[in-house]
Amino acid sequence: MTERLSPDVAIIGGGTAGCAAALALRKRGLSVVLLDKGFCGAGASGVNFGGVRRQGRSLVELPLATRSRAIWDRLPELVGEDGEFRATGHVKLARSEADMAFLEKYAADAADWGLELKLIGPNAVRDDYPWLGRKVVGASLCADDGQANPRLVGPAFARAARRAGADIRELTRVEAASFDGEKFEVRAAGDLVVASRWLINVAGAWAGKVADWFGDGAPVETLAPNMIVTEPLPFFIERSIGVCGGDIYVRQVDRGNVVFGGGNGWGDIELERSRPVTATTEGSMAKLIDLIPALKGAMVIRSWSGLDGEMPDHIPVIGPSLTIPRLLHAFGFSGHGFQLGPAVGEVLSELVVDGETPTDIKAFALARFR
Amino acid sequence: MSGQFVRLAARTSAEIHFTIDGTPATARAGDTVLTAILLNRPSIGASEFTPHDRAGFCLMGACQACWVYDSDGARRRGCSTLVEPGMALFTTWVPSHG
Amino acid sequence: MAEAIVIIGAGPAGVRAARTLAKAGHRPVLIDENLRIGGQIYRQPPPGAERAPDQLYGFEAAKAVAIHRALDGLDIDYRPETLVWNAREKALDLTGPRGSEHLTFDRLILATGATDRSIPFPGWTLPGVFSLGGAQIALKAQGCAIGRRVVFAGTGPLLPLVAYQYAKAGADVAAVLDTSSFATKLKAAPGLLALPKLFAKGLYYLAQLKRRGIPVIEGVDGFAVEGAAAPEAITWRRSGETGRIDCDAVGAGFGLRSETQLADLLGCSFAFDALTRQWLPTKDAAGRASEGHIYLAGDGSGIAGADAAELAGERAAWTLLGDIGQATDIARIAVLDRGLARIARFRRAIEAAYPFPHRLHAAIPDTQIVCRCEGVTAGHLKFQVEQREASEMNRLKAYSRLGMGRCQGRLCASAGAELLSHWRDAEIGTVGRLRGQAPVKPVPVADVPPAEGT
Repeated sequence: MTERLSPDVAIIGGGTAGCAAALALRKRGLSVVLLDKGFCGAGASGVNFGGVRRQGRSLVELPLATRSRAIWDRLPELVGEDGEFRATGHVKLARSEADMAFLEKYAADAADWGLELKLIGPNAVRDDYPWLGRKVVGASLCADDGQANPRLVGPAFARAARRAGADIRELTRVEAASFDGEKFEVRAAGDLVVASRWLINVAGAWAGKVADWFGDGAPVETLAPNMIVTEPLPFFIERSIGVCGGDIYVRQVDRGNVVFGGGNGWGDIELERSRPVTATTEGSMAKLIDLIPALKGAMVIRSWSGLDGEMPDHIPVIGPSLTIPRLLHAFGFSGHGFQLGPAVGEVLSELVVDGETPTDIKAFALARFR
Repeated sequence: MSGQFVRLAARTSAEIHFTIDGTPATARAGDTVLTAILLNRPSIGASEFTPHDRAGFCLMGACQACWVYDSDGARRRGCSTLVEPGMALFTTWVPSHG
Repeated sequence: MAEAIVIIGAGPAGVRAARTLAKAGHRPVLIDENLRIGGQIYRQPPPGAERAPDQLYGFEAAKAVAIHRALDGLDIDYRPETLVWNAREKALDLTGPRGSEHLTFDRLILATGATDRSIPFPGWTLPGVFSLGGAQIALKAQGCAIGRRVVFAGTGPLLPLVAYQYAKAGADVAAVLDTSSFATKLKAAPGLLALPKLFAKGLYYLAQLKRRGIPVIEGVDGFAVEGAAAPEAITWRRSGETGRIDCDAVGAGFGLRSETQLADLLGCSFAFDALTRQWLPTKDAAGRASEGHIYLAGDGSGIAGADAAELAGERAAWTLLGDIGQATDIARIAVLDRGLARIARFRRAIEAAYPFPHRLHAAIPDTQIVCRCEGVTAGHLKFQVEQREASEMNRLKAYSRLGMGRCQGRLCASAGAELLSHWRDAEIGTVGRLRGQAPVKPVPVADVPPAEGT
């Protein structure tokens, strides 16, 4: 027996962005059905490093990231829990003079975009982070950046959206979607048909396939992170750590586990499987020891990967379809969408309700790939 | 300080001198690190997230509750590592030396 | 070109497989974490702690010695003290005395064995509470008792055996608490007669305990260990009756659970076994896993005991030889298959005689620690189910941290699943199982990257 739903908005994809959009749309009084083939927040939203940062982003992402940063502070009020967000600061390390020059330039450019960074010289780095290995010549600190627990945040948005009246359907795979000139029709497993005025494609690593259904193809590649975590250790790494080049990132959670990663895992969106790659894992471990020698004896107890979407220019697609009215896309977050999720959701809701958004998203237009 | 374990079978192998958290202790050749410590102590140190000290659990390398440190900061799984003369074992974290 | 054959696990299953393959002209790699071959039941003490086989293995001494000698004179690439921390397609990642290594294979026999199965009870995190298997290893491999006055608790055929071994070795065994009632065992007795020698041994151990005046209290509904910093007593209850026994150590176990992480990482399919309430990799009658180049033998793919492990290890080796086009001993295979079938009947009776007391999970209080590594209480788990809508094991893990500690769920996943199914009023086979993740055991960061210049 076919179940038919007719919300104002149908959302394909229950990551943080999709669930945040569902929540925001409910607050604006629209009816919403959200469909995810698995559990909400278990995709890229749930498997990433957990960095909540503005520093280091492409400059064009900073308006969106700044907007999102404000939302992270309000998570308890917005979704009922803090997702273990801590504004620990994010420090980006320079391992050469060229790196340092890069950080200096970025700090100057970012200041124009409203991001305050503090440059740190070699002596101060040594004083502030005495446990760093020898190769660090300087750093850039964003004191207000931080980290959170990706496994908690997406699901928290999903539950909040559900409490606000969104119809969130997990374990409900979308099989097809089309537009008849008036309405979207989304067909999902379990003999479900959703007919809506608006459709939002936030389908993560699979968003390119969904976009293709509407002729909005974009060059999304599959990106699989390679994440590793240690046993709990006495707490000493207060900041979230990155490096110029991005080949390793490290953070220590309150309970003491050190989470680190860098490089690629393996993933396949057809098989819907992913796993870490041993060579990458080995490389990350070697880099970790190099960076923080005190961790040499620390035990790794788990590693994981996941499926994300990567764009050739490493910034997402966010915005309307090129040809279909009332179809919005937000995908291709290229491994750094976690911090942006909450704001992407709000922006999408504004595009639906107001037809526009105060946040500058011009750089993310799909048209750039035409 | 009395130990948790009790030797039932007489051991005639060589006596081994080692230290636990800096304090001298003895065991016998053939003792694992876990046995060696528990013959001398009621536990092998605190656990991070329970109110009780640890003493290992499975003795077969499954439960991962018997890890201790040596003086270089290397991890030693107590039940599967043999105690050796001069070993300096620690029940709290020793950071690795760079 | 000879097939590259690897066997993981040097217990009775892995050893018999290795011997069979070596005698057929192969040089398999035999990888094992322990210092010496024998697995758990036939564990050899380390050098310096050796004792006579009959002291160590009792009735099983001849079998144990046979296993220990089974590879003598054979050309096998034996790698002790080596951990396979990851497996993928046709490659294995190893760490051990040779450092970090990668090993490729054409055919793989997984003989990864089993560990004790745990049910949390009050006081189980006290230093001095060990698993039943752990208590046995302390005695067998180290000649030690886990305490001055020991109580053994739980259920399973191992329970009276370990208690008897302790008593025989001169330990003070204060009591044996078995959740399985006498009536339950009586009802299962006819099935146990499928292997009369094994049945007789079970009776012998109980008789010996009785002879020594050690109380065996059967059909207990639950027990709890009291003590501030160490065990001081164990209390038990049975219908309206209660008791309290002074002790300073407890050995507790509720049967065994298979080590299946490598089969999982290799993509083998799993099925839920309702009899033992565990997820197990599927295998055909000849020992093949769902992935055609992988074979499963021994307790690592379903608890059946050491005798079955020996038969299954040899059987899997013959299957492998047949699969690569070598001659096989049809008559011998028939003997092995008949033996395995007979033991399977006996095992069903063992499960009936010592059923896994899953009902105990319903009585676990909210304050009880379920995940020892991470200190996760039952109440914290319940919150994830009731407030965060967790309905599946990996979700429960993601929210609660159950299974995120060093043991990676070995001690807590079973209880987590039982609690989840209880609170959701869902069949235990429908709440899922924890996904395998590498490393399958903790590995120091420095031990994984290849050494400089390799």
